Amino acid sequence: MSTETIDRPVTAENTCYHIKESNQGTSLDIKDFNLWYGNAQALFDINMSIQKGMVTALIGPSGCGKSTLLRSINRMNDLIDDLRIDGQIKVGDYGIYGPGVDVIALRKRMGMVFQKPNPFAMSIYENVIYPLRVDGISKKSILDETAERSLRAAALWDEVKDRLDESALGMSGGQQQRLCIARGIASDPEVLLMDEPCSALDPIATAKIEDLIHQLREQYTIVIVTHNMQQAARVSDNVGFMYLGKLIEYGETGVIFVNPKLQQTSDYITGRFG
Amino acid sequence: MASTDNGTLPGQKPRGRVVRRFTADLSATGEPALWALGGALAIGVILISGFLFLIAWNGFATFWPKPIAKVELLSGTTIAGEPTRAGEYRVGQDILALLSPSQKAGIEQNLGFANRVLYKTANFDLYGDDFRWVSEFEAAKVEYPKDLFLLERQQWGAFVGRIKGMTIRGEQLPFDYQLLQKEQSEARKRFAEIRKLERKDIGAVNYYLDQERLKIRKAILKHGEGSQEAQRIAKAAEAKIAQLQAQFTELQKRINDIRTQDRQYRVLLEEIGSRTLDTELSQIVRFYPANDISFFNKLGIYLSRWVEFLTTEPREANTQGGVLPAIFGTVGMTLMMVIFVAPFGVITALYLREYAKQGRLTSIVRISVNNLAGVPSIVYGVFGLGFFAYIVGGGIDGLFFPERLPNPTFGTGGILWASLTLALLTVPVVIVATEEALSAVPRSMREGSLACGASKWQTIYYVILPKAFPGIMTGLILAMARGAGEVAPLMLVGVVKLAPALPFDGFFPFIHLERSFMHLGFHIFDVGFQSRNSEAGKPMVFVTTLLLLGLIVAMQSGAIHIRNRLKRKYASDNF
Repeated sequence: MSTETIDRPVTAENTCYHIKESNQGTSLDIKDFNLWYGNAQALFDINMSIQKGMVTALIGPSGCGKSTLLRSINRMNDLIDDLRIDGQIKVGDYGIYGPGVDVIALRKRMGMVFQKPNPFAMSIYENVIYPLRVDGISKKSILDETAERSLRAAALWDEVKDRLDESALGMSGGQQQRLCIARGIASDPEVLLMDEPCSALDPIATAKIEDLIHQLREQYTIVIVTHNMQQAARVSDNVGFMYLGKLIEYGETGVIFVNPKLQQTSDYITGRFG
Repeated sequence: MASTDNGTLPGQKPRGRVVRRFTADLSATGEPALWALGGALAIGVILISGFLFLIAWNGFATFWPKPIAKVELLSGTTIAGEPTRAGEYRVGQDILALLSPSQKAGIEQNLGFANRVLYKTANFDLYGDDFRWVSEFEAAKVEYPKDLFLLERQQWGAFVGRIKGMTIRGEQLPFDYQLLQKEQSEARKRFAEIRKLERKDIGAVNYYLDQERLKIRKAILKHGEGSQEAQRIAKAAEAKIAQLQAQFTELQKRINDIRTQDRQYRVLLEEIGSRTLDTELSQIVRFYPANDISFFNKLGIYLSRWVEFLTTEPREANTQGGVLPAIFGTVGMTLMMVIFVAPFGVITALYLREYAKQGRLTSIVRISVNNLAGVPSIVYGVFGLGFFAYIVGGGIDGLFFPERLPNPTFGTGGILWASLTLALLTVPVVIVATEEALSAVPRSMREGSLACGASKWQTIYYVILPKAFPGIMTGLILAMARGAGEVAPLMLVGVVKLAPALPFDGFFPFIHLERSFMHLGFHIFDVGFQSRNSEAGKPMVFVTTLLLLGLIVAMQSGAIHIRNRLKRKYASDNF
């Protein structure tokens, strides 16, 4: 799947760039992306190409803009008043920010998993097939098949197959988060966005989710925001280190954690700040 | 003297140091605040339970058969009646002047006060009053003779006295309790049959007669007076009218037959002062020897009175009989109000919270809605009468029922306008509660739904509304409680003392929303304050209040049950 590592020159002035490239090419291409909340700039000239079929982790101290960047990819930030952006994110050839973009159609191409498990107040089954339900698909066979496939992919099928009609809110936190992952992949998206998916879970549930990420990387491009450095090291192929709204270093996981190119990255990873 | 480490003598307080105690300060633990909170709660609970106890005690006791006392007065007259209540009062100078020295001495010993007992003497048609106060010093002898009966009558209220004799099939017989009971229940069946013929059968004939007359008027309005078409319709209708009138005469004859038969069954009554009264047996609703009756018979009478109360129409200006129409009116109007207020309030709150841009305008709308909740309810009544009944209802009449004018159909108070008025009155409660419930739905849920590619409307419909539903139900429950207990505006928009017909019956279209109706709340007001004798109505006030409270509790429990089932279905986030 992956090819050998290439040391590339820094493409953007302020980013040290040495990623592992996928033989499937680029999935998301972030170009000169700036973002402001009111007058405060939160993201500065982000340039990043996210590789298809790989796990890309975003790390950095709190408030560095990694979640903002992640939420910009499926335009979740649209919900915020007084938001301004500049630049472009492309998924394939399709510009996410552009005139006449159908946000709803766009979001259907991307699954998202949030920091806190957020199952809906409905049954487990209805939760999983929700993306299909809102797509107007009502054929029972398709829904059943999707529910089983997604729950199996999320390693939840064996635990819940006998109680699909029960409320999803009665599950444990780890199960709820895996349910949210199942929901995120139910509509077979190209990209799976994960915003600190394990921060509210205990170590055992976290291990399960990480296993899951390992299995899912074959089929999906995964972008994960995490505070947990070990987790980033365990699950990702490439790591982007962000600081104060800038992408400081973006490179292969092995290199970043063992021998980062920049002193700043090294300081953060070794715990000297952040 | 040895000195200690900190330079003070033993037993002396160390200087310049704060002495730490191992108990917290009183103000820090909040002990006084706790007592105040507990006290406030206790006062609330005591007030409410005291109120409920008062209502329940009086309400449940009302129908229990009471003994009848025969009181011989010093003045020589004798009265008989149920002792209702007793009390002390200050004896007036004018009365004192008429009393004997020994009576005076007794009163003076009691500091000018005397005890008195209120007897329900009944026999309103003979005495002109239902009750009589008897002072302690007036009474010579009180006893409870076994031959005294209480007879509840269809008219004139109860009768207290003896049964002298009876006439069965025109044949005079001596009084026989068993036989009279048997004949009385037969007589009541005849009475019920007359009532049914009058109400249902003659009512139907009248209804169809009315329809035919309206057909003629409609044809005249449509085709012009004297036109061929109108004449043709009029002819057909008149033939029908003649037929109906024949039916009417036939029914009238049957009623008369039963009446004639009924008049041969009579009972001769004698009040305590030996005046007699001859009445038809069918007029007696219930009778029993009040001082010679076993516990189980009392229980039977008690239950039969409750059944009568709950299942029959009122009589005697609402002070006797049942409240069935009022129960129907109250429940029907409240449910209709909920049907109107729920979608209206929820949709308003949805727009206000989810779609409207939050700013100055939405704040003004919100404040206005909250202020609406403080407008006196009678103002809503005036609005309902003016807008719903006269403008909207008048418009409907002009468009759809021109043949009935000038008699209004919808253009006057009715159950529809009353429930709309109450819906308007309670809509602020629903809006506020729904807004609260919507804003309590976590942001993460909205985002989760949107991230799945749901539109805003789909998010609201599939995710937010189900999650907010228990909160919305709470708002509806509050609105229902407020609406069911409201009386003042109803008096303007459709509640009447005695409704001629229920809002639904067997005639097309079966539900008649334009009809006026009865309401338990208004019934309480009417019985307690508008009846000829408030003392006679007082027990009914308690029973009706008890029933209204019971109904509200039942409706509320239903709603709460639904809410809790939904809550359980979507068990709260245990994460």
